This record gives sequence, structure tokens and C-alpha cells, in this order.
Amino acid sequence: MSTPRLLEIRQGVLSKNDRLAAELRQRFHAAGVFVVNLLSSPGAGKTRLLEETLRRMGTDLRVAALVGDLATDNDALRLARSGAPVRQIQTGDMCHLEAHLVEQHLDGWNLDDLDVLFIENVGNLVCPTGYDLGEAARAVLLSVTEGEDKPLKYPGAFVSADCVVVTKMDLAEAVEFDQRAAEANIASVHPGVPIVYTSARTGAGLDAWMEWLEHHRCSSHR
Amino acid sequence: MHELSIALNLVEIVEEAARRAGAECVVAVHLRLGAMSGVVREALEFCFPLAAQDTLLADARLEIEMVPLVLACEPCGREVRPAKGSFRCPFCGTPSAQICQGRELEVSGIEVPDSEPTVEEAETSACSGSEMDDRPGTADGKRDVGR
Repeated sequence: MSTPRLLEIRQGVLSKNDRLAAELRQRFHAAGVFVVNLLSSPGAGKTRLLEETLRRMGTDLRVAALVGDLATDNDALRLARSGAPVRQIQTGDMCHLEAHLVEQHLDGWNLDDLDVLFIENVGNLVCPTGYDLGEAARAVLLSVTEGEDKPLKYPGAFVSADCVVVTKMDLAEAVEFDQRAAEANIASVHPGVPIVYTSARTGAGLDAWMEWLEHHRCSSHR
Repeated sequence: MHELSIALNLVEIVEEAARRAGAECVVAVHLRLGAMSGVVREALEFCFPLAAQDTLLADARLEIEMVPLVLACEPCGREVRPAKGSFRCPFCGTPSAQICQGRELEVSGIEVPDSEPTVEEAETSACSGSEMDDRPGTADGKRDVGR
């Protein structure tokens, strides 16, 4: 019996996705589109936050959204009410978005006609983390109803965040949300990451969120 | 639970590399898996044989090397290995967001049979455990699995 020979490869398992994401990033940059990937667990309020964001941003900028779910186009229908172009990505049974899905769903859109593109990922704090979609920034949402220790339980997502958006602050008192503990937990897995506290329902904190987006949008074009 | 997607990606990469090397099967796959890769080792081990079915990896072993999390600690001016679940320097307690290693999800290498087996060797070669020999297109080792 012949002895096997060892071939060195050193290739990332997700290298195909990474390559495609890098191409997308170049396309977005060349067209001047600022792309934000929104991550959270299911029900943390991504769609609600995005509804408000599209509505506010849409007055000054040309904004669009891609929204990922395993099934239904409910979120796309909700978001489309803002008047922005919206497309649903149905992943079937896949728990995350991949770069090729983003690329496919851009088909027919002229990127030069856009300023900002939001990609609402599938609700999941684990699987989407390792998949680069070519975004310029990644925002991770944490709703007050989920508990302050979520960042400790799912550090991967929070480590990868450029901004943490705490949502549903209007419920903070009812669920006895400990803001200080949440802040400490976020800082312990990702020191220095910006945190904004929002309520899409009352509008509280949305100005800070819009400012963060605008600041990053401008700096990403430099 | 995205380990099946990961396993399919893994099989695709390894098959390409094996074909390039002219191998007709893969004996083992060596994978480096970081503690922060977001991949559950047991789930990947479960999915790997499913993804490997009917490919050059059908009988391959999956050997996983776990890569611990290593952070750069600024105050200490060195790389440190925090306690499990922690992002703090074990010496000075400062949290760090600078990950030096621990995100790996990388095929480091593969093992393939050393050379084309002779007729006598064929029955006992590294590939002989495979049922592939009965299937169409396997004789030249270039069967397309359609991915």
C-alpha cells in the first residue's frame, strides 16, 4: 500500500465567498454606494429600524435595501412602503446570506443610481458572521428584550461589528434592561465599538444612528 | 447551523486541489479551525461525510486542528491567550479587540495517494475502500460531481 503524500494548500474554506465579496466591495466603491450589513438575532428589530432609517434617509439620499429571510417576502413588503427599492432574498433553508446571493439580487439595479444600500441579513447571530458580503460597515443589533449578556453568548457577531445598535429602548424599563451591564458586556468583547441606543417606535436615538451612518458614509468615500 | 454549507465549500476546495494534483481520491483533509470561527467542530464533523458523499473525498478522514484565540494586549505589549469565553488579557485584565489568531477556517493541507497504483496495488491502495470504482466516470478520476 502506498503511503499518502501531503499537499500543502493553506486556503480559506470561505475563500470563494471572500473573493466575490471583494469584487462586490470594489463595485460598490466605484459606484459610490455605501453598503451596510445588518445582523441580529430573529426579532431584534432589524426591519423596524430599517423602515425608519429608509424613511428618514430617503429624503436626502437614494437608498435601497436587500432583505434576507428563509421564507416569505413580508419584510420586503414592509420596507417597500418607505418608497425605496427593496428586494427580498429568500434563502430557502440557509441561515445566512452569501456574497453570490447579494450579487444575483443586484441584477437590474444600476448602482450609480444609489447612495446607500442596506443588506438585512437573516436573523441569526452565529452563521452570518463569517460571510463577507462586500459591505463597508457592519451593524449588529441587540434588543433590550434579549438580555444584557447576549454579547458574551455570541461574541463572534459583536467582535465583527462596526457599530452596535441597541433597539427597543422604549421597552427597557418594562424588561428591567441594565444599560450599564450591557455596555460593559459589549465593551468586554469589543472595546471601543460605538453603541447607539434607539427606539424605532418613539424615534429616540435615531438621530445618533443616522449620524453614525452619515459619518461612515462620508469617510468610506475618501 | 451553517456547518453543512461550510462542509460543502470545504469539499469543493479540496476536490479542486486534488484534481490539480492529479489525485484520484483524497485520504485526509487537514483543517485549522479557530475558536472564534463560528463553526461548531462536532457539527462540521457530522456534516463532512454527508458533503463528501460521491466525491473524491468519499473516504477521506477529516483532521481538525483547533486554533485557540490569541489577542494583542497593548498595555502588556504582547500576544496573550485569554481564558475561555473571555476577551481580556489574563495578565493585566484589559479587554482587547485585536484578534491575532482564532478566526481560522482554513484547509492547511490534504493527503492523497502517493502515485498511480499499479494493478497489483490497486486492490489495496488508499482509494480501494471507496465504492467509486463501480460508478460511471470514476476510472480516470475526473468524474464531475455537479457542484
